[in-house]
Amino acid sequence: MLEALYRTARALPLGRAPASDPAGTGVVIKPAGAEARFALRIRDAGASAAGLPLDGPINSVRGDDRRWIARLGPDEWLIGCDESEADHLPAAIAADLGERAHAIVDVSHRNVGIDVSGPLAAVALNAGCPLDLGEAAFPAGSATRTLFGKAEIVLIRHPGAAPRYRVECWRSFSTYVHGLLAEASLGVGETARR
Amino acid sequence: MLLIACPYCGNRPETEFRCGGQAHIARPSDPGSLSDEQWAEHLFVRSNPRGVHAERWNHVHGCGRWFNARRDTVSDRFLETYKMGETPQSQKSTSTDSTSTQAEARA
Amino acid sequence: MAQPFRLSRGGRIDRARPVRFTFNGRTIEGFHGDSVASALLANGIHLVGRSFKYHRPRGILSHGPDEPSALLSVDRGPGRIDPNNRASVVEARDGLKTLSQNHWPSLEHDIGAVNDLLSPVFVAGFYYKTFMWPRKFWDKVYEPFIRAAAGLGKAPAVPDPDRYANRHAHCDVLVVGAGPAGLAAALAAARTGKRVILADEGPEPGGALLHDVTAEIDGRPASEWLSATLAELDSRENVILLSRTTAFGYYNHNHVALAERVTDHLPSPGTAPRERLWQVRAGEVVLAGGSHERPLVFADNDRPGILLAESVRVFVNRYGVAPGRRIVFATSGASAYAAALDAKAAGLAVTLVDLRSDSECGPELARLKAAGVEVLTGHTVIGSKGTKRVTGLIVAPVDRAGRCGAHRVLDCDCVGMSGGWTPAVHLFSQSRGKLAYDERLDAFLPGTSAQAERSAGASKGTYDLAAILAEGFAAGAAAAGSDERRSFTATPTLTGFRPVRAMPTDADPTKVRAFVDFQNDVTAKDIKLAVREGFHSIEHVKRYTTTGMATDQGKTSNMNALGIVAGQLDKTLPGVGTTTFRPPYTPVTFGALVGPARHALFDPIRTTPIHDWAEEHGATFENVALWRRAWYFPKAGEDLHKAVARECEAVRRGVGIFDASTLGKIEVVGPDAAEFMNRIYINPWLKLEVGRCRYGLMLKEDGYILDDGVVARIAPDCFHVTTTTGGAPRVLAHMEDYLQTEWPDLKVFLTSTTEQWAVIALQGPKAREVIAPLVDGIDLSPEAFPHMAMRSGTICGVPTRLFRVSFTGELGFEINVPSDHARAVWEAIWEAGQPHGITPYGTETMHVLRAEKGYIIIGQETDGTVTPDDVGLAGMIAKAKKDFVGKRSLARPDVVASGRKQLVGLVTDDPKLVLDEGAQIVADPGQPIPMRMLGHVTSSYWSPNCGRSIAMALVADGRALQGGPLHVTTPEGFARVTVVDPVFFDPKGERIHA
Repeated sequence: MLEALYRTARALPLGRAPASDPAGTGVVIKPAGAEARFALRIRDAGASAAGLPLDGPINSVRGDDRRWIARLGPDEWLIGCDESEADHLPAAIAADLGERAHAIVDVSHRNVGIDVSGPLAAVALNAGCPLDLGEAAFPAGSATRTLFGKAEIVLIRHPGAAPRYRVECWRSFSTYVHGLLAEASLGVGETARR
Repeated sequence: MLLIACPYCGNRPETEFRCGGQAHIARPSDPGSLSDEQWAEHLFVRSNPRGVHAERWNHVHGCGRWFNARRDTVSDRFLETYKMGETPQSQKSTSTDSTSTQAEARA
Repeated sequence: MAQPFRLSRGGRIDRARPVRFTFNGRTIEGFHGDSVASALLANGIHLVGRSFKYHRPRGILSHGPDEPSALLSVDRGPGRIDPNNRASVVEARDGLKTLSQNHWPSLEHDIGAVNDLLSPVFVAGFYYKTFMWPRKFWDKVYEPFIRAAAGLGKAPAVPDPDRYANRHAHCDVLVVGAGPAGLAAALAAARTGKRVILADEGPEPGGALLHDVTAEIDGRPASEWLSATLAELDSRENVILLSRTTAFGYYNHNHVALAERVTDHLPSPGTAPRERLWQVRAGEVVLAGGSHERPLVFADNDRPGILLAESVRVFVNRYGVAPGRRIVFATSGASAYAAALDAKAAGLAVTLVDLRSDSECGPELARLKAAGVEVLTGHTVIGSKGTKRVTGLIVAPVDRAGRCGAHRVLDCDCVGMSGGWTPAVHLFSQSRGKLAYDERLDAFLPGTSAQAERSAGASKGTYDLAAILAEGFAAGAAAAGSDERRSFTATPTLTGFRPVRAMPTDADPTKVRAFVDFQNDVTAKDIKLAVREGFHSIEHVKRYTTTGMATDQGKTSNMNALGIVAGQLDKTLPGVGTTTFRPPYTPVTFGALVGPARHALFDPIRTTPIHDWAEEHGATFENVALWRRAWYFPKAGEDLHKAVARECEAVRRGVGIFDASTLGKIEVVGPDAAEFMNRIYINPWLKLEVGRCRYGLMLKEDGYILDDGVVARIAPDCFHVTTTTGGAPRVLAHMEDYLQTEWPDLKVFLTSTTEQWAVIALQGPKAREVIAPLVDGIDLSPEAFPHMAMRSGTICGVPTRLFRVSFTGELGFEINVPSDHARAVWEAIWEAGQPHGITPYGTETMHVLRAEKGYIIIGQETDGTVTPDDVGLAGMIAKAKKDFVGKRSLARPDVVASGRKQLVGLVTDDPKLVLDEGAQIVADPGQPIPMRMLGHVTSSYWSPNCGRSIAMALVADGRALQGGPLHVTTPEGFARVTVVDPVFFDPKGERIHA
């Protein structure tokens, strides 16, 4: 009965809302669509697996919007890709890793993505994220697990000059994270500066 | 809010971390061979120095790694942080400050 | 005439933009750029409040954040009422309503002023001395009285409609204070290209330059230098210049909190936040917060119309307001001469009284005399005249020995007093820097730094403008890593003062009331009394007299109070020390601290993929950790009790469906996974077959139960671990800790899959029939799929890990499906279950059903001091294992000793009586008090399936008491119970294998 719907009709917790700039402040918030994600753990990673680079520095992201891999720790990566890749990617990675002990765990439904862009995106993120998101400290291609208000997130800054961020959080935190982002976008502009 | 240098991620705010108490207390390889007194010492007895203290931190909302740090409990200054299994700088030199913990003494 | 005390010219106010607000209902007109204080003074209003204790008439003392007296309630519309705003920092704007405080029935006629007549009674420590006996008066008489009398202003009564923002920010150099020192520092730092934040609490940056109309910097008026400097800072991308922003707290590692007041000065705030909390992490901090002027301590120095001398100068120069037409300046230092010169230049009648002799004075004396002002040197102030406004100042010549000559009354309507200056070292002190006393300046100055900060300007005791600028510039450059220096030429500042604690007087010092702390109504004699009564530590004096407490935190009073204590003790000032400077520097609204964390954003509310379905089907919810879980599903007319009874019976008779998605889940993967599980749990894991489940129990190293849950072996190197809902993060952290720090050699990886898998529990005799048509690829027959097995397949086409497990004692399945498909699968099961009477149930029914079976719940039957044997689960311990976490502790003397509390069942004599959870248990209710308590009830329910109440309890040596009577406390007395085995339903456990 649901076979036909499987893979195409995921009930995403934030729905499929279009991009919006609720405050008109230059902070564009858009819940991501249905994507596949995998948590990859391996100690002696080598250079790459299934075409995904594993030799990037900790707290960096490689790839593009449709297939990215963020290194979150010395032995931990978060991989995002189109759903169409989901069925074969784990096997392809496993094949490349061979005998090396590793774990690939499907977390597609655990994670929810929210894209944040616009000139004041970093300012809005800094309403809840305590990290220095300046050019020097968090340039394009950065990725890390951190906090946004009271929720844990993975924050990814997509490669490219324009400030484009992906916020990944766990499913049940997505309403909170999305709400706090919307609230933050209302608080970015005015300052008491003369 | 402290600023803590995760050995993997660099300076991060304290809210991303969890403190795990005194460092360098290795779990005995054969707990069954310990006397009640020795086991109680391992489980419960910790030092609480006024000054430099070696402690465990976990970058729980970051890379997830546990590491060790030497912090001055008076000033809250971190003298150094180092990965699990690494030797602190102070022990590589001949420094004799008050960093010694019971565990280090046992080690 | 509107604004009768507005000077005809001058000031930085915009005379083309009048503003109107009200004070106690009366319309006050001022100009854009006015503070509420300056607008009130422009209208001749000095009486603005009643003092805290004696209800004495009080006016405006200061022009800035140190104002102790002029505290107003400010009403900005419904829900926007704040008490205790300093009139000197609230900006005047259209539509504001301000109200004075602490009086009844009115400011002019205040009944509470009787306290002033009774003042001999209200000595230091009055409350401590008075409200002691009899004890029975504490609650009913004293506390209501003290509560009614205590505090200033009224708390708002309705929710705050405003928005508050939070922002984390990073910079290389944070400069606090945009006076001359801070501006020079910011300029120097900005020019290096480093990221600079400059924060100033005023509406306009500039600090003292805003009211110094005669000084020149580098050959041009100071105001021009100010404009040019601000223009440069504004033009730089690397500078954030924040006005109306107070740095109020200096925390560890250069974490500095700023409160920015974004919209209070605007008539309509729009959607912008009212305030914004900046949490700044700075590489270096430059503290340039200026200094506070000290009042003079003389009798009746608190009358409205008596201001600080520099504040008189500010009102005249910056606001174009005459605080009076006949002003007497009383001083022990030079700076008041500058104020007198400016007041004179503004056309006001001026006299100056200086405690110092001619020879102690500098060039200020000749300059003031040359301006035609009468100067009385070598004079003290004996007291003041007037009631609701000063009308005269009583002065007398005094010699160095303190002998006073003939009194003379100087008629006046305003007094500007100056007892010298106190550098604002608050933030430095908060940074844990060590203060150093400077005798020449009679001040505590920043001494040894504890963090990467430096002070500059008046906050460091530097008072001369040229020196301030050079020092600020050097500090800013150094903070930015540059060694650039530059000098400035500037008009010499009139500096220097003779420290004086209390002005010499010929009056009986026990009779006069010379206020040291205006806000707390603390007089010099109160402080002396405290010292006489044995309070020698300054911290004790502070608490006993309350000097230095409340909203102004002693900014104007601390040094005078310290000096008086030192004098009484015959100690030096550093010998007495200072009280602790605690954050906040000035009061901060709760809103700013709370920020957006209100309502739905107060805490994350975690919901499952089934949540909306439960809501649509009328569920009542309960909070479990951050989760919101369906508690029960009442039908029309049902209460909790009835709904739960119906749900419980439905599960045992037919089939119930339950959302167990919140269960914690961890994927344990790696070649050493089984070995790791063996070390973490008390159970054996090496031989668990793939496709089989085991109920696991894990301990902390101290031997006490940490968590439990069913674990399935998915593959030889993969376990699907479940944890309790609340324990999920704790368990993962516990496992990671051991894996990383104790057993790094184990090749195991842990991944949280709590939210990857939604869990639909289907429980009851009909469960198999319901899912049979939906499941593919799994043989559901009891032989092929027994209790405690796990199979992978699909349900409704969705991949599933299907567990045959039960927390109810019935045939049951826990259906794990990827979360985004959970609702669809749930609804399909719901449809398929209709012919079988499928019933949704919530956590309450889950609790009852498991209690009927005697299954424990972590945190209910356990409390962090309970071992496996205590709850009757010692049999699960793998005997062959040499070690696991907590094993050694199970042999600790106190764990093996007899007398430990053990899990038992309790049945009441009265089957209808449901005991209270937490109720205490005794053997003999007749024993004398204090009784020996044997344990407590851990779980207690009405069991519909047993037709009676049931309870579980932890009782000392409980298993040996089986069959015997015990007694349990109830609100009505003791209830007799019988100890039984804690399995109340299907004791043989046959149903689970159906």
